[in-house]
Amino acid sequence: MTAPAPAPSVGISDEVRELADQEYQYGFSTDLETEVAPKGLSEDIIRLISAKKNEPDWLLEWRLKAYRHWTTLTPPTWQHISYGPVDYQDIIYYADPRPKKQLSSMDEVDPEIREMFDKLGISLGEQERLSGVAVDAIVDSVSVATTFKDKLAEVGVIFCSFSEAVQEYPELVRKYLGSVVPHNDNFFACLNSAVFTDGSFCYIPKGVRCPMELSTYFRINAVDTGQFERTLIIAEEGAYVSYLEGCTAPARDKNQLHAAVVELVALDDAQIKYSTVQNWYPGDVDGNGGVYNFVTKRGMASGRNAKISWTQVETGSAITWKYPGVVLKGDNSVGEFYSVALTARRQQADTGSKMVHIGKNTKSTIISKAISAGHGQNTYRGLVDMRHSAVGARNFTQCDSLLIGKDSGAHTLPYIDVKNNTGQVEHEASTSKIGEEQLLYCRQRGIPEEEAVSMIVNGFCREVFKMLPMEFAVEAQKLLTVSLEGSVG
Amino acid sequence: MLKIEELHASIDDKEILRGVNLDVKAGEVHAIMGPNGSGKSTLASVLIGRDGYDVSGRVEYEGEDLLALSPEERAAAGVFLAFQHPVEIPGVGNMYFMRTALNSLRRQRGQEELDAVDYLSLAQERMKLVEMDQSFMSRSVNEGFSGGEKKRNEILQMAILEPKLAILDETDSGLDIDALRVVASGVNALRTEGRAMLVITHHQRLLDHIVPDFVHVMAAGQIVRSGDKDLALELEANGYAGLTPSSERAERVGATG
Repeated sequence: MTAPAPAPSVGISDEVRELADQEYQYGFSTDLETEVAPKGLSEDIIRLISAKKNEPDWLLEWRLKAYRHWTTLTPPTWQHISYGPVDYQDIIYYADPRPKKQLSSMDEVDPEIREMFDKLGISLGEQERLSGVAVDAIVDSVSVATTFKDKLAEVGVIFCSFSEAVQEYPELVRKYLGSVVPHNDNFFACLNSAVFTDGSFCYIPKGVRCPMELSTYFRINAVDTGQFERTLIIAEEGAYVSYLEGCTAPARDKNQLHAAVVELVALDDAQIKYSTVQNWYPGDVDGNGGVYNFVTKRGMASGRNAKISWTQVETGSAITWKYPGVVLKGDNSVGEFYSVALTARRQQADTGSKMVHIGKNTKSTIISKAISAGHGQNTYRGLVDMRHSAVGARNFTQCDSLLIGKDSGAHTLPYIDVKNNTGQVEHEASTSKIGEEQLLYCRQRGIPEEEAVSMIVNGFCREVFKMLPMEFAVEAQKLLTVSLEGSVG
Repeated sequence: MLKIEELHASIDDKEILRGVNLDVKAGEVHAIMGPNGSGKSTLASVLIGRDGYDVSGRVEYEGEDLLALSPEERAAAGVFLAFQHPVEIPGVGNMYFMRTALNSLRRQRGQEELDAVDYLSLAQERMKLVEMDQSFMSRSVNEGFSGGEKKRNEILQMAILEPKLAILDETDSGLDIDALRVVASGVNALRTEGRAMLVITHHQRLLDHIVPDFVHVMAAGQIVRSGDKDLALELEANGYAGLTPSSERAERVGATG
């Protein structure tokens, strides 16, 4: 089912080529005082991380169990991406940009950190925020600020850093940590389980509709640092939450490793909507530097009528390797995956979704839009797995690829495994290129070339963008435009 | 307004236009007829700046060298083509597309952009010309449009963008008689003193509805005969064969339309 489609060259003018080397807008780095652990990974480093975070013994044991398993694993090689070997002993596993004292209010956030987030267009001051979005800001693996905590606490919503959750709500963390992505799940998830340093924790109690969007903003700042955050979201019976995550990193000529794990748990009638706009540094035009984004994201729709929805806009990273999925365990539960993945310059993406149907009448939808420009390579890889028990399960998958220029590539690798004869699976795939005809049509009407490319691409992605919260959709469109300016030609 | 002198165009070393000469003044409607492969559509393509042709000769438009401009600059200068095969642009709303186009043109001409409200009333007024209803505007550009709807959509764009020189490339092809009437009355409503039109067609039928001031016959990349509207009737009766220079007949080039 691979469809490596050679695309004829599109007549792109010099003006667009000039835009081609547009700088990555978030490539600055901030001079923060950072406490770092020595490079390399060992049981001692894990003990150090755990001790720094004042963790209970059970958590240290869990980390060590994951680490010991990880030492028996080798990195996966089945994905359609290529990169040199990663030296896991040449990475710093713990970097803490915080001053040592505990923060009692937002005003005490390091001014340089505040300034960094201001530059990113994210205000950590609650009064300055226009809309009701609560933010957890994570720099180099450590949560530096969480806004609107008190307001959320009024309705019983817990939104805090993972480290804080371990201290304050250990029973919840212990119950759900690893329940969706076990410590031995895969190479990168296993590594994360051993060394994760922080992340966001979110708990929506029974029957509560979270009154605002929750958002985590990730930033890799320190040199040679890996970012291994862990996010856990639990929606109790009948609860609803919409969660957003955004990411950037400084432009560095060395590759940075990001191996995160996100676990979602939705009980009966609960609904979790998880949106990502990923804009890690993609590397330069020759493919130097950039973030290796090796991420495991999975939701467990464990209750009846539970619904988990993933929406992702992936424009950054040198390499993206992620397959957000949903385990549809509860009867009538619903899983959705909406994705726009753009690869330009020399970026590579191998991404898609896994939908595992276990409960009766479970339903999943996968809409994937892949855009390849420059020398970008984009692979959709998806699994639809319908078990014996999944009577009446349904899946609809649509994978569309858009090619820009003659050096880009798109590939589609769907895996379908149906073990009962009442399941319904539909798969549609298309590969198209931005045609000279479309461009000429726009230009004949007076629309300049670069604007025309952006218009055509945004049209191609519309089905996914409309799933994003309004503000994010606008952001995503801009991001796509900027990323394309960096590569068309 | 438009002065074409000794225009040659070739693609992959095949010469398609072999010295076209044409003079079009403001307010005039010129029909260009001719058999398949005579170079009619190529002439339209060269005038709007489609890539891929080796072009020589001279095209003066409003005193400017048209061939030196990019497609979008030509559009801003008032050149419009109603495409023979309008392309689909999935996910891009028709309304949004036309507004973006209109505002790009206005921006390039140093005029103020129209806001959504002003644009909407303009669009609604012009839609009446081609008997299109609101539902067209919320659909994606040309996506799932029937042949006739696509052609009407082209004329609607012409009505909204108000070009000085409108080129209609086989706008009648694929239209039933009712659609033809709608399209032709839309075009006629847009005939003004300041606007010139080049109407490219195979058939005399369209010229019953859009009555031209001049008729030109193209054959083998040249205009071989010019006259008034009676020439079209003569062609209808006698066909093109007699009009093609006999020396050229054997080596007709394989361009479309």
